[in-house]
Amino acid sequence: MNYHWNWGIFFETSPDGVHTYLETLLLGTGWTLATALSAWCLALVMGSLVGVIRTTPNPWLVRLGNAYVELFRNIPLLVQMFLWYFVLPELLPTAAGDWLKQLPDASFYTAVVSLGFYTSARVAEQVRAGILSLARGQGWAALALGLTRTQAYLYVLLPMAYRVILPPLTSEFLNIIKNSAVALTIGLMELTARARAMQEFTFQVFEAFTAATVIYIVINIVVTFGMRWIERRTSVPGFIGAAPAAAATH
Amino acid sequence: MFADFDFDVIIRSLPYLFYDGMTFTLMLTALATCGGIIFGTLLAMMRLSGAAPLSLLAAGYVNLMRSVPLVLVIFWFYFLVPFIGQWVTGASQPIQVGAFASSLVTFTLFEAAYFAEIMRAGIQSIPRGQVGAAQALGMTYLQTMGYIVLPQAFRNMLPVLLTQTIVLFQDTSLVYVLSITDFLGAASKVAQRDGRLVEMYLFAALVYFVISFVASLLVRGLQRRVAIIR
Repeated sequence: MNYHWNWGIFFETSPDGVHTYLETLLLGTGWTLATALSAWCLALVMGSLVGVIRTTPNPWLVRLGNAYVELFRNIPLLVQMFLWYFVLPELLPTAAGDWLKQLPDASFYTAVVSLGFYTSARVAEQVRAGILSLARGQGWAALALGLTRTQAYLYVLLPMAYRVILPPLTSEFLNIIKNSAVALTIGLMELTARARAMQEFTFQVFEAFTAATVIYIVINIVVTFGMRWIERRTSVPGFIGAAPAAAATH
Repeated sequence: MFADFDFDVIIRSLPYLFYDGMTFTLMLTALATCGGIIFGTLLAMMRLSGAAPLSLLAAGYVNLMRSVPLVLVIFWFYFLVPFIGQWVTGASQPIQVGAFASSLVTFTLFEAAYFAEIMRAGIQSIPRGQVGAAQALGMTYLQTMGYIVLPQAFRNMLPVLLTQTIVLFQDTSLVYVLSITDFLGAASKVAQRDGRLVEMYLFAALVYFVISFVASLLVRGLQRRVAIIR
């Protein structure tokens, strides 16, 4: 092999003149985490809403929820990002479109919105499966006690459903971190984009990608253990939830 | 809003989009699925083999691939494949690898990790008693796997394997980062050449949606017909 290894490259100053290459990678990690966490909040809220309306008795709400899930699940994430980034500003009234395009960090906001909606469809599937996995008597008992349907969901069904679906939600959270790398196509300087930039400036391909890979693995391990800790902390004694079966992912 | 929507740009570029672009996307999806399932099944068999080194190796590979973004893996292999090729063929220089070969290697090796997990679940869904019965009949490990376990595992997991193939079909759009002319790449090139981003990206989204949606309906129909053997 005629490849020249140079692991010292991480401590050399990057073209921005201030940070070393290692620091630029860590800054990228920050963007990756910021994007993934913000998008995760959006995904949880939208996914829970859509998941819940798919379990209501109203057939039109169920159809609406199904359509939402199918729409966001059957278009590749990259295409969805392009739609939000390139197409949406053109379809809005001119003033609003121009405002969107001139927004500082536009690629960050776009990445958060597209990742959030894309993942929300998957979260909705899990939330629905979680609610349906509960004994049907629980919902009826809540209604019989005089709770409204909203209260029954908020105090009885959702708290148990979230515990049941914690393991699949963990893998969705890991997915959203990994999927945030797609945002490099709309110019977000997250971890993979920084590694790519480092490779372009220094030609040290394998060092740059090895560093990014190691950082992703560390994030993965930390999240996995963190979620296991949450799982233990939130588990209800005597209640063993059957997690929904494994499905095709990422 | 849609006043200056130009349908003509879509119609004019249809041959390019489908003949150049979609052919690449579908070829890549089909070949990577076949390769991924074969390699994934091998990984699953290694992982369940009971031999610690094999099982650790397979588990390490699967976990590594599953913790890294596909975009990063695409970059990795884009630069790595020429060196692997040099090592395999014993050439003096890193060999030239085409866009298609590079993406095929990437997607096969990456998706194999996901197919391996599906096949592992499939193999584990077969009762241990069947393996014991096969061994009592004097079958070797390969015969047991080939005639008893794997056919049933494939059948049980067929809907999940096909759903993963739909995911793979959508994932192939990420070869965009290497400026390859797959379906999305073709749409994007026309969009930038003619300044028609709205039309081309909406059309691309529609095509991806229709194909994935129809395929997932077919898989759901199949799921009802293929009963799980327990």
